[in-house]
Amino acid sequence: MIEFLQQLINGLAQGGIYALIALGYTMVYGVLRFINFAHGDIFMLGAFAGFYVGPAVLRITGLSPSFAAVLLVLPIAMLACALAGMAIERLCYRPLRDRPRLTVLITAIGVSLLLENGGQFVFGASPRSFPELITDRALALPASLGSLATLTITLSQVLVLGVALLLLGGLRQIVGKTRTGLAMRALSLNPTAAQLMGVDLDRIIALTFGLGSALAGAAGILASIQQPSIDPLMGIAAGLKAFVAAVLGGIGSLTGAVVGGLLIGVLEALVVGYLSPTYRDPIVFGVLILILLFRPAGLLGRFQPEKV
Amino acid sequence: MLTVTDLHVSYGVIKALCGVSFTVDAGQIVTLIGGNGAGKTTALRTISGLLRPVSGKIEFLGQDITRQPAHGIVALGLNHVPEGRMVFANLTVSENLAMGAYLLNDTAKTDANREYVFGIFPRLKERLRQTAGTLSGGEQQMLAIGRALMGEPKFLMLDEPSLGIAPRLVTTIFEKIVEISRDRGLPILLVEQNARLALEISSTAYVLESGHVAMHGPSSDLRRDPRLRATYLGG
Repeated sequence: MIEFLQQLINGLAQGGIYALIALGYTMVYGVLRFINFAHGDIFMLGAFAGFYVGPAVLRITGLSPSFAAVLLVLPIAMLACALAGMAIERLCYRPLRDRPRLTVLITAIGVSLLLENGGQFVFGASPRSFPELITDRALALPASLGSLATLTITLSQVLVLGVALLLLGGLRQIVGKTRTGLAMRALSLNPTAAQLMGVDLDRIIALTFGLGSALAGAAGILASIQQPSIDPLMGIAAGLKAFVAAVLGGIGSLTGAVVGGLLIGVLEALVVGYLSPTYRDPIVFGVLILILLFRPAGLLGRFQPEKV
Repeated sequence: MLTVTDLHVSYGVIKALCGVSFTVDAGQIVTLIGGNGAGKTTALRTISGLLRPVSGKIEFLGQDITRQPAHGIVALGLNHVPEGRMVFANLTVSENLAMGAYLLNDTAKTDANREYVFGIFPRLKERLRQTAGTLSGGEQQMLAIGRALMGEPKFLMLDEPSLGIAPRLVTTIFEKIVEISRDRGLPILLVEQNARLALEISSTAYVLESGHVAMHGPSSDLRRDPRLRATYLGG
């Protein structure tokens, strides 16, 4: 039981990261109906933004590694990623808006290759060690918890889940309660009708890319705090897993992306804990195949035909 | 108020409109009638900026809007209720109405407009929390019109408001259209396959045939026109 709980905790912390990335896939799919395969590389850019900005922030503010340091670096990396995502949309996808979706999809793969190889060129191909923004340690659990006190919960796990929850809540507010969020939902349901309400599609699509990329950037920082070795190809695996998470939850559904991300994270942890790390990737991608075969709309996705 | 001059629109090599001109004056209800593929919907979609014309000119309130983006044209007060209603199926009735007031950004005005819409279509008030996809065809049409009214239009274009709606409701909706136009002095450009109804509530009519204006004049004259009676009014 303790072993199971331990894997659950490890899985949720990893799943929170997948959830943050998966949201970007699902949001972009919602407004443009295409999979932005360069999205995983934005996650990598977030990690490198932290790599360069982190030490500078520590030096300028004189802070020692702490929560405060993370909370300063996080928004900077998110902003950098938002700008990168919006630039990619503006330069690569917007000129192809009226072309067949396959064209845009192939372009996305091209952008992804460009970011990966460009990243190797600019940042160097060898793994770098991510600066210490917070000193990680296992939390001492009160002995009154009995056998539960033997669980290992690290500071970084708490941080990852806390920040992920905070960002998810914020996103929920933006999409559910603001005028811009309403426009996003309207656009994803019917772009023509949204235009006829006065929605500037270009603006809302750019904002969607910005938001999704900011979340991926945050995920990049959080993942690097947990596993402080980063390299320009780190976005491939994370991006693919998050894509599986988005499809599992139901592409286009925000709640689905979060549920899918957490499920994939927990599934991975259980496979690693009870079977063998070797089976981790085959099982995760096996889930993708099963979902596509038996429930292509995903767990929470629904194909709701419009009544005529 | 709205002047369309020599409008040409093509889908690739297919010409949908070949030199269409018409005018709608303040307070008028003008109808475009004609068969399938005559170019009625194309005309509306071009006016509202969803399609780009090959040539021709569209003027609204004295301003050239031919090359304006769709969202810019709505901002001028020219609202289009599209064919097939296009309500946001997964949003609630209330959210659909809020989208109608997207550019208004004024709570007091939005509330007043919502009250006006409820006055016209009390059914919508009963269905506020329901998602629009669960409404009947007639109710969706009410919502589509109500949504357009939320933005305080200066001009309304309606595309086939009778399409796919129970016959009993069609009469109600047409009565409401007349009421809205009268109450608010709102000029309306109405595209309709049901020529009989359209000629009844409009003052001027244009008959489109394969992208041309085949006939136009006061609706009361066209109602009696023998050619029109034979083709569109069932003899």
